[in-house]
Amino acid sequence: MTVAELISGWSPSLLGVDGDILEVVRAPHPVLATEGATVDPLDPAMLKLAADLVATMRVSPGCVGLAAPQVGVAAQMFALDVTSHPKARICHGVFVLCNAEVVEATRQEKGREGCMSVPDFTGDVKRATRLTVTGTLPGTTDSVSITTDAFEARALQHEIDHCNGKLFLDQVAGAHAIYPRKVYK
Amino acid sequence: MSQLAVTVIGPDRPGIIADVTEALAGTGVNLEDSTMTLLRGHFAMMIVCSGPYDEVKSALEPLRGELVITVRRMGPEHEHAPIGAPYMLSVHGADRPGIVATVTRMIASAGGTITDLATRLSGELYVLTAEVELPPRAELAMLNRALEITAEELGVGVTLRPAESDDL
Repeated sequence: MTVAELISGWSPSLLGVDGDILEVVRAPHPVLATEGATVDPLDPAMLKLAADLVATMRVSPGCVGLAAPQVGVAAQMFALDVTSHPKARICHGVFVLCNAEVVEATRQEKGREGCMSVPDFTGDVKRATRLTVTGTLPGTTDSVSITTDAFEARALQHEIDHCNGKLFLDQVAGAHAIYPRKVYK
Repeated sequence: MSQLAVTVIGPDRPGIIADVTEALAGTGVNLEDSTMTLLRGHFAMMIVCSGPYDEVKSALEPLRGELVITVRRMGPEHEHAPIGAPYMLSVHGADRPGIVATVTRMIASAGGTITDLATRLSGELYVLTAEVELPPRAELAMLNRALEITAEELGVGVTLRPAESDDL
């Protein structure tokens, strides 16, 4: 089975538990600056957390990814779904990844990011647009390798940063690269 | 306790920020928004902070001379309500008088507002970058065309591009 088939065959319903909608914490909450612990992808508590991340991501408008530290848990897990985002090219649909690591990152491009945990600012961040990461789908034991590009690559790097206690504020491209968020009608 | 605007400018040397902010910290001042940058050989700081006016003024007194320092009480803070989508404006070309005035007038005429702007001159090359907000009613195509015509007259290049952020 290819990785794409493996991930597209994965669905939050396989977690076998309903997700709750959790409160998203905001900086300067210390959990956002804490390196997440490695998780056991078979641990029922982690399956519940995976379901919670998906449920919370689903109800948050415009949200394409949510990492465990953002719901107050310093753990190496995040949910992602860039489906139908205009800047997405390769897209693996909805998935949760545990213990993800960047294996290869090339072709850096600058883009402006916002984050639910930093609601008042946006920032310019250079991210690889070609990316390979490894990790484990919750409820499974085998490591998968995901290769992607464009917006999904950016979103993956943003979430992996969260798992390592980093925010986009840690990665901005210069002293003038943080902006007040523009919210307008 | 009132909101104060502190400006500092002087010949650059290591330690200006440390000297000024240490003096401010000694008065219990809370630094809020600030921008500090090198403008050619001069180091310039603009700080909005809240603290006791008289104490702030006297704490900065010893630094006067080498540094030109102003402390002013500010009126009530006005929340900046964004008027529309954000854009990045870049202008570059041979230096000549009136580039900033002409280009920013065009933005204002389109109902746009500038929230951040910096210019740099290096040799003959003049560079302007600005964060612009344009109201939804702005005729973007027309503004772009007008900017192009103006740029041609000024002999510079102008680019206006969306600076929308992506939520992750």
